Amino acid sequence: MEQADLRRLESQCVQEETPQCVAACPLHVDAKQFCKLMAQRRIDKAWQVLAKTMPLPGVLARMCGEPCKAACVRQDVGGPINMGTMERYCAENAKPINPPKPLPARNKSVGVVGGGFTGLCAAWELARRGFETTLYCSQLGEGLPPFPEGVLDRELTGLETMGVKIETGFDASVSFIRTLIGDMDAVFVDSDVLPESVRDFGAPDELTLGTQEHGLFVSLQGEDSAILQAATGRRAANSIERFTQGVSMVTGRELEGPYETRLYTNLDNVQSLTSALPERDCSELDVRDEAKRCLQCECMECVKSCEYLRHYKFYPKVYARQIYNNESIVMGTRQANTMINSCMLCGLCETVCPEDFSMADVCLEARRTMVEGDKMPPSAHEFALRDMAFANGEKCSLAKHAPGTDTSDYLFFPGCQLTASDPSGVEAAYADLRNRLGNVGLMLHCCGAPAEWSGRVVLERDSMNDLKQIWESLGAPKIIAACPTCLKSLRAGLPNAEITSHWSLLRVLGIREDSVSPKGPFAINDPCAARHDVVLREDIRSILDTLGADTVEPELSGETTQCCGYGGLLSEANPALGMHVAAKRAEAREEDYVTYCVMCRDMMAKTGKRALHLYDLLYSEVNDPAARPSPGYSERRENRVRLKEHLLRNLWREEPNSVAELFESIDVSFTDEALQRMEQRRILKSDVQKTLLAVRESGKRFVHAETGHYLTSHRPVIVTYWVEYEEQGKSYLVHNVWSHRMHIKGVKS
Amino acid sequence: MSVIKVPEADSAGWSCANCNVELTMQHVELEYLDSLFNVELPACPQCGIVLIPETLALGKMNQVEHLLEDK
Repeated sequence: MEQADLRRLESQCVQEETPQCVAACPLHVDAKQFCKLMAQRRIDKAWQVLAKTMPLPGVLARMCGEPCKAACVRQDVGGPINMGTMERYCAENAKPINPPKPLPARNKSVGVVGGGFTGLCAAWELARRGFETTLYCSQLGEGLPPFPEGVLDRELTGLETMGVKIETGFDASVSFIRTLIGDMDAVFVDSDVLPESVRDFGAPDELTLGTQEHGLFVSLQGEDSAILQAATGRRAANSIERFTQGVSMVTGRELEGPYETRLYTNLDNVQSLTSALPERDCSELDVRDEAKRCLQCECMECVKSCEYLRHYKFYPKVYARQIYNNESIVMGTRQANTMINSCMLCGLCETVCPEDFSMADVCLEARRTMVEGDKMPPSAHEFALRDMAFANGEKCSLAKHAPGTDTSDYLFFPGCQLTASDPSGVEAAYADLRNRLGNVGLMLHCCGAPAEWSGRVVLERDSMNDLKQIWESLGAPKIIAACPTCLKSLRAGLPNAEITSHWSLLRVLGIREDSVSPKGPFAINDPCAARHDVVLREDIRSILDTLGADTVEPELSGETTQCCGYGGLLSEANPALGMHVAAKRAEAREEDYVTYCVMCRDMMAKTGKRALHLYDLLYSEVNDPAARPSPGYSERRENRVRLKEHLLRNLWREEPNSVAELFESIDVSFTDEALQRMEQRRILKSDVQKTLLAVRESGKRFVHAETGHYLTSHRPVIVTYWVEYEEQGKSYLVHNVWSHRMHIKGVKS
Repeated sequence: MSVIKVPEADSAGWSCANCNVELTMQHVELEYLDSLFNVELPACPQCGIVLIPETLALGKMNQVEHLLEDK
């Protein structure tokens, strides 16, 4: 990621944009934080928020015309927040605080002419910035309404505390102003108090308030809103600061006054709530309740819908920075590797984001960079890639024309996970397709999604090329794919192929008459791969209708569906988070789920949720298929192998020609605990068999004094497997397994 | 290279079945991603087979593996 990419990504995420009220306020008072504290009845703290930003806060808070109200997001759901009333309450009831401590002296002198509110505010802002400020006026607080006793005096005392010298009894004239300009570094004139005389210096510039007279700044005439007068005072102070520093008077001043903000706040789930605040004599509880109406505007659209984004505590703007930093590390620990590898790449964030921010794009690109730079943690995806290689290996993969034919109009591509989880469903579906369409070939192969998700661009390309060659060798028939991820991968990888989903076909052809009449109701779970495939989603609903299934939808469904936790190989790179995501999705509805991605079904099943794949309704002969547990990793492999062997023998009348490997002859069984640990620890039956074969040959093993169990280890390639077992004649009963990646080089002599 | 001692390296109850001797703590060289460690681990004093107990493999060793992978 280049720095320019980071900047673009950071600006795309609006979470840190200013709330509407703060942007609309000419002084940018933090009304959101103010309301948050008021809602907690922390009035003194809330007052500090106002006083931090407002000049002469005791006066201004009583006069604020609350321009934030017109921008308040609450206005369409119960009416805007009444900031003005709350500000006044605070001014009257909070513990008074001292004026701000000025910045270190700049040794620059500024004269402020005019004691109206604009002049007072300018003097406040200038003194605060460390200018030696003198205020010349005929009368302090000219034009201000009457305040309760002591209010104005307190703020004027504050001005003096900040170092402002106050010279009253002055009737300023043009010559006096000219003298001041000569004596001081800059002068500001409040034109509302001195309307005629300042006209000699020309109209002030709207942005800078500068005039034709070098060093003279003048307010625009006729401003009668106190908050805008205060903003003018601040603008003048900003200009004088720039002027005395000799920097540009105009650049980067867009955000000084009210401005447009891009912060998005979704009101879809916001209840309308009207204000119960009396205009006068409010109680503390009245203002608390009013402050509670504040929506505390923020975006967080993606975080609200994604357990992965929520898990890492921040939002895409921060994540983009973390990913950029992760890539930039030369020496040290890459803190964001697991975060990058935990994104499900499901595209939900992009769909719900008002600015289309895609964490999937950012994370996938980061993974590719990690792989390219040899910085991808080997353990993250190795197991899934081994599984992909196995699915495409001699034992599982198959590509044939229908039995008795040498051409194919169609090619059924069920996908490697459906064959792993439900081989008999795949067999029945293939039979159904042949019965109704004639010469339908079969291809058992992986679509390459694990290669894509793990950032292995070369592997992804090579595996798609292999797949393409096989497909072409069958005469490039129309492909019928059942798995939504396969559909996506194949459409991207074989742009010239005609690809249809099994579901579209079934919608047209009708379903098998002996399909299971479902007992419902079911909650439809759209897989993330179907997010942008409207046709596919409609096909599914149509088939369920035909089946007579009573269905409901989770809140996040269709285009905004949530991933089951398998997508992007989350459950491989971060198993705990994968299970958490699956459990959250499972909880979204009480009903049994029905889905058309077998990984969704199996992830749900792993959490204990009853879930069906649509094949379970169309092609299953199992009683209560929603209760079918997710097959373990070893069983998935065996299912693929057996399916190929079974189909070769029964459909094509061929004997499988793959040679059984020696380790497969090891007769092994497992305790329940051992089986559970194998699943958790991603250890396959074949890994155990290889380890037991190795000890049979080497004899190197430990024995336990109490249990009599043996313990041995073996490192077939990279991972070292440990197997604790007992011998039962010629077979083995395994009690425990574990593994590590660190290589034991041996005892040092 | 200094020798790392790990409390998890407990071989209680296990002995070498081949040599029929108790295990002793020995200096063992471990390697992962081009990093070498010298760790005191239970091993057979005769044939030299090394035991990595479950708690060590899934605890400290796993942490170090992840740390090295993120380097």
